[in-house]
Amino acid sequence: MRLTICALCLPFVMRIAESGDSRYVSLMDLDTTSIPELTAEELRQLYKLLISTRELDLAAVAWQRQGILPGYAPELGQEAAQVGSAFALDTSRDFAFPTYREMGVALTLGVDMVEYMSTHKASWHGGLYNPVTTRLAPIQAVVGGSVLHAVGWAHGQRLGAADVVRSEDETGGLPAAITYFGDGASSQGDVHEAMNFAGVLKAPVVFFVQNNGWAISLPTEEQVAGGTVAARAAGYGMAAVTVDGNDAPAVVRATRAALKHARSGNGPVLIEAMTYRRGPHSTSDDPGRYRTLDEERRDGGEDPVARLAHLLLESGAADQAFLDNAGAEAKAHTETVREGVQALKPRPGQEMFDYVFAEPTDALKAQARAWREESEHV
Amino acid sequence: MEADAPAGTVETMSMQAALNRALAEILAEDPKAVVLGEDVGRLGGVFRITDGLQKQFGADRVFDTPLAESGILGMSVGLAMAGFHPIPEVQFDGFAYPAVNQIITQLARMNYRSRGTMPMPVTLRVPSFGGIRAPEHHGESLEALFAHVPGLKVVSPSSPHQAYHLLKHAAAQPDPVIFMEPKSRYWQKDTVDTGTPGNLHGSQVVREGRHLTLVAWGAMVARCLQVAELAAEDGIEIEVLDLRWLKPIDAEGLAASVSKTRRAVVVHEAPLTAGLGAEVAALITQHCFDTLKAPVERVTGFDVPYPSGDLEDEYIPNIDRILFGIQRVLEYRRG
Repeated sequence: MRLTICALCLPFVMRIAESGDSRYVSLMDLDTTSIPELTAEELRQLYKLLISTRELDLAAVAWQRQGILPGYAPELGQEAAQVGSAFALDTSRDFAFPTYREMGVALTLGVDMVEYMSTHKASWHGGLYNPVTTRLAPIQAVVGGSVLHAVGWAHGQRLGAADVVRSEDETGGLPAAITYFGDGASSQGDVHEAMNFAGVLKAPVVFFVQNNGWAISLPTEEQVAGGTVAARAAGYGMAAVTVDGNDAPAVVRATRAALKHARSGNGPVLIEAMTYRRGPHSTSDDPGRYRTLDEERRDGGEDPVARLAHLLLESGAADQAFLDNAGAEAKAHTETVREGVQALKPRPGQEMFDYVFAEPTDALKAQARAWREESEHV
Repeated sequence: MEADAPAGTVETMSMQAALNRALAEILAEDPKAVVLGEDVGRLGGVFRITDGLQKQFGADRVFDTPLAESGILGMSVGLAMAGFHPIPEVQFDGFAYPAVNQIITQLARMNYRSRGTMPMPVTLRVPSFGGIRAPEHHGESLEALFAHVPGLKVVSPSSPHQAYHLLKHAAAQPDPVIFMEPKSRYWQKDTVDTGTPGNLHGSQVVREGRHLTLVAWGAMVARCLQVAELAAEDGIEIEVLDLRWLKPIDAEGLAASVSKTRRAVVVHEAPLTAGLGAEVAALITQHCFDTLKAPVERVTGFDVPYPSGDLEDEYIPNIDRILFGIQRVLEYRRG
């Protein structure tokens, strides 16, 4: 696994080492070597999730073209980064904070995919799923908006953690938050504030950056000074690792290592998963205006789903029949989701008013009454 | 001190002390309550509102954050998602601006976005308004900005008694409350009846009168009481209504008072245009149109940036300007 020490940082790190000044903390590289390789059974599970994500993602784009969905944010090419990271989570204690492009995370966490896709059906902004029980925060439209929430949530686990047994064992330790964002969001001030807060407070947070090469039309080289988000972790005294985001088992292992680090009370970790947004930013986007098909083929790298299939066959963990069966199951699941999404009716208008406050004001209740009287003639 | 009050419940203290007492009691009574912000721990806050709390309750309950307001608010949202009842402080009103994105797009909306599964019982304390000769952005009046945002409740106490009870009341709310503390009143002492909160909802008539209603909140309440005292010398009986809750606004309380006095002047420090005075005037007009003897007058700050200390007495509504406003209303004759 490639570590975060980039060529640009090395001279600086070397100078610190030479100065021998203990006030300076040099780059902390996450130890992933102690994390075991995935078992054959885990690899098979991973593939099922990957192909299910791929099928549903491709279908959702088609549904938008067919008028079933008003819009969708494809994640083609990012399946390994999303499924792999979520695969490592323990939903009995961890909590995930998504953006608007984490369908693979939701699917891996077992979120009802009709309730998840309802955000793209324009039923409800945050999705209809229950974030508390699914351990997936509501879908977040503000770029970088939820990164600080992960820090607050994670710090809370430490506040209540007096009786938690700190253990190196994977089964012990603190609950951890994982927060997803991209190379584009890394430019947001909130992301800096979140990393600094987490570093100072030693909050058990995994900052999971999907560097997919593009923020709508802006390539990473015009977005991220220094060329890598992971290098910034050093400035926060934070452990970091850069991982091939198209290598699903590698992402699982990196995330497990990060969780182990965070659970032990060692503070936050940054994972930069290098991947590629093979599709448009959204179904309204036209990538032809900023990149060519040749560039997409050249830069996209190896397809993460085909890559895992290849690994399964090569390693003998699965045969072609397994892959075919997983593909058929994924198609069937997608079809079930389509039926569910098409059956979604607009939410009752009353819900506009119901969830503004936990205890609605009289003034808002009066507005709701007026709306009912004038729109439903009751 | 009232003679018939239960022994030991009425004390004289400053608003600073009342707020400090309220926070200590909230922390003692609610194990999920946490206080966070810049310099709130070791220092006890630049206004000493959190004085001694970290020592008493520990750094898990009262903690300093790095100097970043969006971080303080975003972290509070996350703490609330984890089941805590955060009481963040932004050090000065103007420092809320860097946090406005988290306040509007996250704090105010999380209950809605999550369909009621993630309520935000967050009380944001904001030392507010002017009057202390402070540097730029240390004397802003943000009530109209926050009152405009769906999902927020906004309140401002005018006295130590109100501060003590309203803060405890706000912290018990399941919704985000912007708690605007009139910083120029922090050190004024008055009686606090800790045992008798009284009605904490809506507005409160703090002086009765029959010729005109002065509507105010925060530090302007005390000034309006001074004005009422002066006007009484000329035989003009002014009712002073402390609005207290700036969202939701107590339309019934406004209507009850102005229906009686038939005249109203609303006073606030914030700039005139699209200020909360416009909302108050609209509500009075809606509910009291037939009884009003004159248009509702607004005496406010001007549509200018809050000036430097040398000019702030020219900016904040002073006794003369409020009296002129009263005079215009009293002398109004229908054309």
